[in-house]
Parts: sequence; structure tokens; C-alpha cells
Amino acid sequence: MGMNMSEKILAKHAGLDFVEPGQLITCKLDMVLANDVTAPPSIKEFEKIGKPVFDREKIALIPDHFQPAKDIKSADLAKSVRDFSRKHKLVNYFEAGRVGIEHVILPEMGIVGPGMLTIGADSHTCTYGAVNGFSTGVGTTDLAVAMATGEAWFKVPESINVHLTGKKPRNINGKDVILTLIGMIGVDGALYKSLEFTGPGVAELSMTDRLTIANMAIEAGGKNGIFPFDEVTREYVEGRVKKPYEPVEADADAKYCQTVEINLSELRPVVAFPHLPGNTKAVADIKEPIKIDQVVLGSCTNGRLEDMEIAAGILKGRKIHEDVRCIVIPGSQWVYKEAMKRGYLETFIDAGCVVSTPTCGPCLGGYMGILSAGERCVSTTNRNFRGRMGHVDSEVYLAGPHVAAASAILGRIAAPEEVE
Amino acid sequence: MSLEGKVWRYGDNIDTDVIIPARYLNSFDPKDLAAHCMEDIDETFSKKVEEGDIMVGGKNFGCGSSREHAPVAIKASGVPVVIAASFARIFYRNGINIGLPLLEIGDDVEKIKAGDKLRVDTSTGTIEDLTTGDVFHAHPLPGFVQEIAQAGGLINYIKKK
Repeated sequence: MGMNMSEKILAKHAGLDFVEPGQLITCKLDMVLANDVTAPPSIKEFEKIGKPVFDREKIALIPDHFQPAKDIKSADLAKSVRDFSRKHKLVNYFEAGRVGIEHVILPEMGIVGPGMLTIGADSHTCTYGAVNGFSTGVGTTDLAVAMATGEAWFKVPESINVHLTGKKPRNINGKDVILTLIGMIGVDGALYKSLEFTGPGVAELSMTDRLTIANMAIEAGGKNGIFPFDEVTREYVEGRVKKPYEPVEADADAKYCQTVEINLSELRPVVAFPHLPGNTKAVADIKEPIKIDQVVLGSCTNGRLEDMEIAAGILKGRKIHEDVRCIVIPGSQWVYKEAMKRGYLETFIDAGCVVSTPTCGPCLGGYMGILSAGERCVSTTNRNFRGRMGHVDSEVYLAGPHVAAASAILGRIAAPEEVE
Repeated sequence: MSLEGKVWRYGDNIDTDVIIPARYLNSFDPKDLAAHCMEDIDETFSKKVEEGDIMVGGKNFGCGSSREHAPVAIKASGVPVVIAASFARIFYRNGINIGLPLLEIGDDVEKIKAGDKLRVDTSTGTIEDLTTGDVFHAHPLPGFVQEIAQAGGLINYIKKK
């Protein structure tokens, strides 16, 4: 009997020829990740175990959530991560100014790659399925044990086959694909399961689209989201991933518990209404105008160069609506610099945007754009839970960079076609 | 382990941002976290919760962020067990790893109301609603997971190994 992509990666890292859903296995890890919020409690637990780190090259600690430090307590958290990284001589620790958002920089720097198994104490660790890896989020205790042992236990998940067909229309990007999917299957539609993206439609998706899609597998409850290895993957990982890697492909008789069909040619720009990522609605179907106060462009979901390019393309020569603040946050130093060289940052500043150093900041209501009571924000981030970006009575509408930029200009939720 | 307590009842898709909002994640002191547990949807919880009270939720309890601060906040509030129709997977893992038993009972959860008195046996998964007389059975935990729970969490389990 055949195996799918996730099963093949799990089997290989468990030293087994074959695994099937439901099986409990222990796997060797290729990369272990935490940030400035999750690493400090992990470090405390790690020290109780009383072992050295398993491999100083396979632990990435990225201070991105509340850094540069927003307050004294956050500075204390960052210091504990910094001290730990120095003490254990960790290779993949990056200081503010040389870093970015964890899920933007790990693929960008080639720290994660095809066939690799990664766990991270951050739920959006599932992003690396875009480059044909198996990656999933865990909590601080799992992370602490992984830093000491280099291993983690897994229950092999059942897999949902998300079969993509059709040609991707202009003005449709990865965010429309994943918000549409979550709208179809619900925020627990993939609970405990893997999402495997297959079919001829995969070739239509850029690496940025795939990273956005895999990033939000968790918003459907998924354990991971994974894409096949193809020419787009090869082009992206070549020159980035320095370690040898082994891509995986699903066998012809691989098992899936469910198949979901998405025809890309039928997709329309969408937003997810408060307070769940599955409250998806086509922008064109919104009857009454929804006025907004803020737009956030960035995050581990949509903080990549292509996202900046899409937004800059729409904002060029235009002004942000007078009632709106628009906050642009490139996801990494590289994205920041490229956006500068290509003139996107100038476009944003001329339009009247705030442009920030890379940070998770507003996405989780940390800092750099907290919402007041009653305020509405269109955000390219990944969660619109109650109080996620600030006051419990504020509202977050999730969208891609195209809808966010168009909305920033018109001061209400708008489709990109409306500003062309 | 047999527990008895009063029910705090919440709905579907209770996310970790409402269990403990990110604005409090600049601390991981369990007492600090417990002081703000559930406050965005229930201001009374942290003030009125009593040692031994039981939290009951609907589908997909604990969805969202991987923050282990969420089960830690619940446990530090004095809640010894959480019952739900289903749990989000990272939250479920985190609960096991910190020694907070989590019991899944599917649609039966609808029959449990706020303020009901429950008696819960975490080793057999049997739940008695002493207010209504209903008895429910949770899916049993896999043996390996029971060993982690018995050791008092993953760190102790690994140290013993």
C-alpha cells in the first residue's frame, strides 16, 4: 500500500519503511524552532531535564513577536533567549536588525527544505510544507524535550487531498485559495489531519502563494499542509538549502481520508469576517459598505516580496484614504531591502503608509497597530479571533495583499478591480 | 483520579487568544496568566473560579496559537480537567505535556450545562453529571499518553526514561 507525502517524511524520520494513520511514532528532527514568547518557558523546562542541546545547528531561536522589545518584560524575555543562544553557541539565533519573522526567514535562508521534519513552538510552523517539508507547531514543553533529545512523538495523521485544478485568474493569490478552503471545510475541518495539495493547479501557484496556503493549514485545525516538489520548488530551494535534501512525492495509491476539489479559475477575491478565519465571503458579495480604520500588510502569512509587490502595484501613485492608517511590515530584512531597491517602500511612504521593521507586532495584538474599541482592520495576517489585534470589541477582516491595498485606498473593504 | 467540581461552560472554537490574550504573554508566571484567563469572553471567570471547578467547551477547544500559556492559565486557575466535544491538536498535546487531563466526549457535551456538578474519573474517562444524573464516557487516552499523564507531564516522563 502506498504512502502520501506526510507519511513518507514521518516514516523516514522514524526509521521505518511504512507508517499508517493513527500509528504513534518517535521521529528524529531536522530543525527545532521557537520565538521570544515560546522559547523562554521552553528554556526553563529544558534546564529541568539537565542535558546539553542535541545539536547547536538544528535549533533556531528567532526573536520576532515583541522585538525590538516593546516593554521591560519583553526585553527580559529576549535577554533570556539571547543568553541561552550564546551559552549553547546556537548557529541559528538572529538579533533584531539581522532577522525577520520566523516563518518568512527559515524558508528564505534555506534553513528548512524538502523532505525535512521541523517542529516549532509556534502554530504557524506548518508554513514549511510549501517547500515539501513536514512541519508542525507544538508547545513549549515539546520544544524543551526536542532541544534536549532531537526527537518528538507523533501520531501519524490522516490526510485530506486538496485537489487543485484550473488556471489561477489575475487578482487571485494564495490567500484567496486558503481562505476559500477554510470557508469550505471549516475551522476544524482538518482537525488532527494533514492537508496535501495536489493536482495540476499546484503548478499555477508561486512559492509565495504556497507559503501563504501552508501557513494557514492550522486555521482549519490541520497538523500540517504540504505541497509536492516541482520546478517552482526546485527554483526556490536551489542556492538556499545548503544541506542535502530528499524531496518526497505521494505514491499513486496513497491513501486519503477525504478529497476536496478546488477549481482555481472559479475563485474570487475573498475576506474572512470576524471572528473566525472560516467566515469567508467574496468581496463582490458584500452588500453594505464596511468602513475600516486600519490596514495591516505583512506577517508570516503575507509579508514576502511578492506580497509587497502586489500591494505596491495597487498603491502606486495613490493615497491611503484619509480615515485609514495603513501599516506595512516587510517580513524579513531581505524583503525590506529588496522592497526598498524596487521602489515599493517609496510607493508606500508616498501613499501615506507606516513602514516598520520586520515584526509579528500587530498580528497578535502585541504592538505597532493595536485596535481601539469598535475599530475595524483589514489585515493580511492569519487570525481574526475576538480581541486578537487589540480591544475585545474591535474587528479583524482577513484578506490578501490585493484586497488590503484596495481597501486602504477606498476606506472600506474593496476588491482590487475597484481601484483599477 | 476522581474529581468533583462545578462547570464553567463555554461554546465552540474557544481559541487560545481568548483563553489568554497575547497582551499578557510577556510573562509566563502561571499566577499572572491565571489572573487574565478567559477575560475577553468572561470577566467573571478569573474572579469567581474555585479550586476544583471544571471547564467544559464545545468543538475545537483551544484552537489557534501554540501558546502553552493557555493550558497553564487554566490549570493555574485551579481547574483540574477540561472536557470538550473536541480539542485543537496543539492544545491537546500541550495539556497532556503539562499534566492537565483533557477529555473528549463529542456531541454529549451539549447535555452539560453551566453550574452542573460533575464527578470525573480521569483514568477511566467516566463523567457523571450529578445535577442531571447523565453519565458520559470519554475516548480513552492512548497508553503511551497515559504514561505521560501518570508521570505528571512530559518533562518528568523524559527524566524517568
